[in-house]
Amino acid sequence: MKRLIAALCLAAGFAVGGSAHAAGAMVHLDTWPESRGKSLASLQNGARTFANYCMGCHSANLMRWNRLSGIGLDDRQIREFLIFGEQKVGDTMSIAMRPTDAKAWFGKVPPDLSVITRARTSFDYKGTDYLYTLLRGYYRDASSPTGWNNVVYPNIGMPHILWQRQGLREATLERIHHEAGKGLVREVSVFDTAGEVTVSREPVKGPAEEGAAYSFKPADATAARQFDSDVADLVAFLHFMTDPSAGSRVRIGVWVLLFLALFTVIAWWLNREFWKDVK
Amino acid sequence: MPLHKTEYKGVLGWIDQRMPTVMVEYKKHLSEYYAPKNFNFWYFFGSLAIVVLVIQITTGIFLTMHYKPDARFAFESVEYIMRDVPGGWFIRYMHSTGASFFFIVVYLHMFRALLYGSYRTPRELVWIFGCLIFLCLMGEAFFGYLLPWGQMSYWGAQVIVNLFSAIPLIGPDLSLLIRGDYVVSDATLNRFFAFHVIAIPLVLVGLVVAHLLALHDVGSNNPDGVEIKETLSPSTGIPLDGIPFHPYYTVHDLIGLGVFLIVFFSVVFFAPEMGGYFLEWNNFIPADPLQTPSHIAPVWYFTPYYSILRATTEQFMVVLAAGVGAYVLLLFFTLRVRALRFAALIGGAVALLFMVGGPLKLDPKFWGVVLMGVSVLIFIPLPWLDCSPVKSMRYRPAWHFWMLIGFVVVFVVLGYFGTQPPSPINERASQLGTLLYFAFFLLMPWWSRMGEFKPVPARVTFAAH
Repeated sequence: MKRLIAALCLAAGFAVGGSAHAAGAMVHLDTWPESRGKSLASLQNGARTFANYCMGCHSANLMRWNRLSGIGLDDRQIREFLIFGEQKVGDTMSIAMRPTDAKAWFGKVPPDLSVITRARTSFDYKGTDYLYTLLRGYYRDASSPTGWNNVVYPNIGMPHILWQRQGLREATLERIHHEAGKGLVREVSVFDTAGEVTVSREPVKGPAEEGAAYSFKPADATAARQFDSDVADLVAFLHFMTDPSAGSRVRIGVWVLLFLALFTVIAWWLNREFWKDVK
Repeated sequence: MPLHKTEYKGVLGWIDQRMPTVMVEYKKHLSEYYAPKNFNFWYFFGSLAIVVLVIQITTGIFLTMHYKPDARFAFESVEYIMRDVPGGWFIRYMHSTGASFFFIVVYLHMFRALLYGSYRTPRELVWIFGCLIFLCLMGEAFFGYLLPWGQMSYWGAQVIVNLFSAIPLIGPDLSLLIRGDYVVSDATLNRFFAFHVIAIPLVLVGLVVAHLLALHDVGSNNPDGVEIKETLSPSTGIPLDGIPFHPYYTVHDLIGLGVFLIVFFSVVFFAPEMGGYFLEWNNFIPADPLQTPSHIAPVWYFTPYYSILRATTEQFMVVLAAGVGAYVLLLFFTLRVRALRFAALIGGAVALLFMVGGPLKLDPKFWGVVLMGVSVLIFIPLPWLDCSPVKSMRYRPAWHFWMLIGFVVVFVVLGYFGTQPPSPINERASQLGTLLYFAFFLLMPWWSRMGEFKPVPARVTFAAH
């Protein structure tokens, strides 16, 4: 709880810039390792991260705590390890922060995350890939109100809550674009670990296309690798919450289809017997 | 009053003595309803449409038990059904998948009618009832789509209801009446709920009954387009090519049902969102009246008509006006009745007056709405537009068949562009598609007579199994 309050106070200090988020200008998204969604250990690790960090600001109001039985946790474990306040296991995963306060502090109420991987999916990309890349796409930016910026979601309102887990990183953002009179220009912005930016620009020689790319140089490579893994688990948990019945759905579905196949074979045989009369 | 004389024994006899209607209707519609014996694959979709209707009504009843038609709780209550109601996800996914499958089945059912001329005399009323069912289905889908109260629900309804405001004079008041408010709101949700769960289904079921009664009076058409009632058995008076619907077609339709359910439940269990086409991703974001989504697209089954709506721009009005002018001239020089020729001329002149120039010119948005409406309603006069001397494509010139396939391609292409965000290519493709769509129907009285027709056999073609 202390950490939650600390995170809240920290977050409360941040003002929030508007979001200029155009889907067209999306950078390339990393692929979320889907196997994490099938591992109970990963899902439980994701649940821990979610309860410890995300639930400072984000609710999952459509989810009941005891639905976490779907990731192999019993009521006692849920009470002991995940619920911090006075909630009961039959309650929904709501948070204490009032929407009106959130609006005043962040400029916008942090969205409920119950169905976030679905809501963030589009014809162009999966919501899981989007979130996996977004949560690993933070870099220090001294010009931003929160001190953080994001390669997937420029000027994002949410600060990098998990930065201590990842360690600081130097970010290199490369953008190739058209400039009047100069043709294609490559603009490279290097953000150091304090968020100070060095920009270099040069005309592009040879064939190139407009676009954006980024790379990171972590201060602690081991921590950053572990962080990638934790985020993959967190996304697995978010994906579980989006449709908690998905696992049993697929299991039941196989039996239903087997039954229907048998039904169709019998119907076919019955039909053949009856239609023998039709000349 | 003495008991009715009965030929049945036991319980059936007891019932027959008191209510002879039961067995009379059973015979009329099942055991002594003679259907042509040469039905093929395309004839499964009629019975499958009834199956989907039953699925929708049954799952709908269970959804209504848990759903809250209140703007504050609607979105949550749908997710509550998905998570906290035992088996709720199954019921909800069946209902959402059923909506799309209803349209798949009905579109295939209509394609069958176009393929074998099932709307031709004496089945015009069967066809008209069918078209009205299709209209109801569209209304049902539209009203139902608002209920999950997601972003696409909200903004889709907002866009479509706003279209009505383009109608001159009464438009703004009409759209206000439909919404019950100045924007889509709780009031809209409540009345759409009423339309979705009682008003439209009531009409829909009534129309389905009328569709079947009309069909059973005249008898089913078949892939050869041969009237089986013209060749009766001299001894029994039963059509020689007819077989009792029950048991032959009931058992036959069971195979269709089995295969259909395999496909249907594959979607329900393994891909309920169907890649964002059956359940749109944006609809997992709760409705927010203050934030318009960057791209609003209707669900796939509406997109061909939506493309026609979007195609109608200021520029396109010129092309449309030229098309109307040319069509009026065509009518004028080909119609035989003098009064009709001049009626066409005057009608065309009035339409052009409202389409181009002058103080009477109406907004292209209005004409888009008109075209969208006409694109759905134009199926109704098909029995009179089709002037082919034979019913079935089997005995029509091969290129008639390719005309039909071309129409299907246009329909699918329009549908595809309707799902995409606006772009110059999208606009041109939709405009070309719109012209071809209407040309198919409006020029049918001419092209359907042309070419070389094959002789139609007296009996249906059938090889014993």
